[in-house]
Amino acid sequence: MKENIKNKNVGTLSFYSKQEILWALFFLAPYLVGLIIFWLGPVIASFLISFTKWELVGKPIWLGLGNYRQLFNDELFIKSLINTAYYTIVSVPLGITLSLLLAVAMNQKLKGIVFYRTAFFMPHISSMVAIALLWGWIYNSQYGLLNYLIGLLGLPPQNWLGNPKLAMPALIIMSVWKGLGYNMMIWLAALQGIPEDLYEAARIDGANKWQQFRNITVPLLSPTTFLLLILGIIGSFQVFEQSYVMTKGGPAHATLTLVLYMYSSAFEWLKMGYASAMAYILALIILVITLIQFKYQNKWVHY
Amino acid sequence: MAHKNTLKFLKTSLAYLFITLGALTMVIPFLWMISTALKEPGQIFSMPPVLIPKPIVRTNFVRAWSSLPFGLFSMNSFKVSILGTVGTLVSCSWAAYAFARLRFPFKNVLFTLILATMMIPGQITMIPVFVIMKYLGWYDTHFPLWVPHFFGSAFGTFLLRQFFMALPAELDDAAKIDGCNPLQIYYKIFLPLSKPALATLGVLTFLSSWNSLLGPVIYLKTIEKFTLMIGLAFFQGQYYTDYSLLMSGSLISLIPIVLLYIVAQKYFVQGIALTGIKG
Repeated sequence: MKENIKNKNVGTLSFYSKQEILWALFFLAPYLVGLIIFWLGPVIASFLISFTKWELVGKPIWLGLGNYRQLFNDELFIKSLINTAYYTIVSVPLGITLSLLLAVAMNQKLKGIVFYRTAFFMPHISSMVAIALLWGWIYNSQYGLLNYLIGLLGLPPQNWLGNPKLAMPALIIMSVWKGLGYNMMIWLAALQGIPEDLYEAARIDGANKWQQFRNITVPLLSPTTFLLLILGIIGSFQVFEQSYVMTKGGPAHATLTLVLYMYSSAFEWLKMGYASAMAYILALIILVITLIQFKYQNKWVHY
Repeated sequence: MAHKNTLKFLKTSLAYLFITLGALTMVIPFLWMISTALKEPGQIFSMPPVLIPKPIVRTNFVRAWSSLPFGLFSMNSFKVSILGTVGTLVSCSWAAYAFARLRFPFKNVLFTLILATMMIPGQITMIPVFVIMKYLGWYDTHFPLWVPHFFGSAFGTFLLRQFFMALPAELDDAAKIDGCNPLQIYYKIFLPLSKPALATLGVLTFLSSWNSLLGPVIYLKTIEKFTLMIGLAFFQGQYYTDYSLLMSGSLISLIPIVLLYIVAQKYFVQGIALTGIKG
């Protein structure tokens, strides 16, 4: 330290060296330890466990690719994959588009923004458990609000959560409803980042609102679109709470999602190896989709 | 000229209509929840549905509160969430400080690794972490729910690093001249200046911890240890036809978060803006 004060008059303030590295280690210690214990170690362990049959008690038995082979012949697993994909393919684009429209409308500098923002935020900050209970009641086939409302339109009451064809759509509607506020706020922040003069210039050139939207707004929003798509897909593939609380995967496994099946395999049936293999397949799917998106972003994302 | 104004008026009205419709769609389910919670159990089944209950009763809340130890559940949730939030703030601000201000080898590699961890779904680590917790004797305790927060998170580190990097380096230099070591710079300069970012991360972490279900479902067994979320799910299992009770219970679970929102609204919004900037 004495040396450093001598250097003070030289003008450079870079007197950290080995000291700095030690300090860095100090500040990074919790994170690094956590990274190894709670991430790196488990990631590797999970990989290894996926090649074994293990029920927590006793020793794991090496199966090679056994679990993976069994998974591809497992009807329930395939169903859970299809259900999860169905959920993602519908809920993500729907949520992103609706929230964009809402953000565009909000961006018109309307009054009462605090009220609107609060209204849209309520579903987002509420817990999925509370929301699932609420919508379970709304979806009730005899006394539910939804059936009453569609009855006013002349439509027959539906067994939303009991009909295998309607259960997943019901979950999707609830999930999109819950996520609208969050996505809308992200869109709004992005929209407000687009400089007004671009629109001015376009107006002067005679472009109408639709042309302005297509040629200015959409391209400039593409990084946000990309972000929301990635976050949305990664998130939807991990859907769990809605199924767990509302339908427990039923009826007839119509809402059995990948993570729900994995959870039940691991913590209800203690099939640790089997569940670990599922986790890796999930990770692989997400990785592939993310990589594809990153690869194609050059074609449509403008920075 | 008049034509243009009419068009603008129509456009604005359309926007208002759309937004108001949207907002109503958000709010009506909650109104329905409140309405159901305030009804006498018999009335919830009357057709057509009654919006404003006659009479308005509060017995459902009393019943809900006494049927399960909701007070205890809430305390447990509070404890876990507060501890988790403190842990996240400490560990992430430390790591963020190192990345923002200190020079060390492999810095970029490490940071890329941190970003990569955000791409891997949590389910991969779920089982081995469970095994570790069981081995530590922490099954059916609260420890697995908050201790990991003291070991940092990628999101928190990323968020705070962005913020720290925006603070002018001259402040550091001035402190260094005065003979401060990095720890002193951290808590004398960075922490006080980072209150908004810390508040934002704090609020987001608290919210996520309060609302989390998977952790409690995996690790908690005895009812007395339940957090509010798993308590509510359990509640549903017991009383799944008694909707007035269920709605009261749900409302009770929402109150702390609504209060937090009223108090810290801008941090919720900031949290979203900061997430968006990531893109």
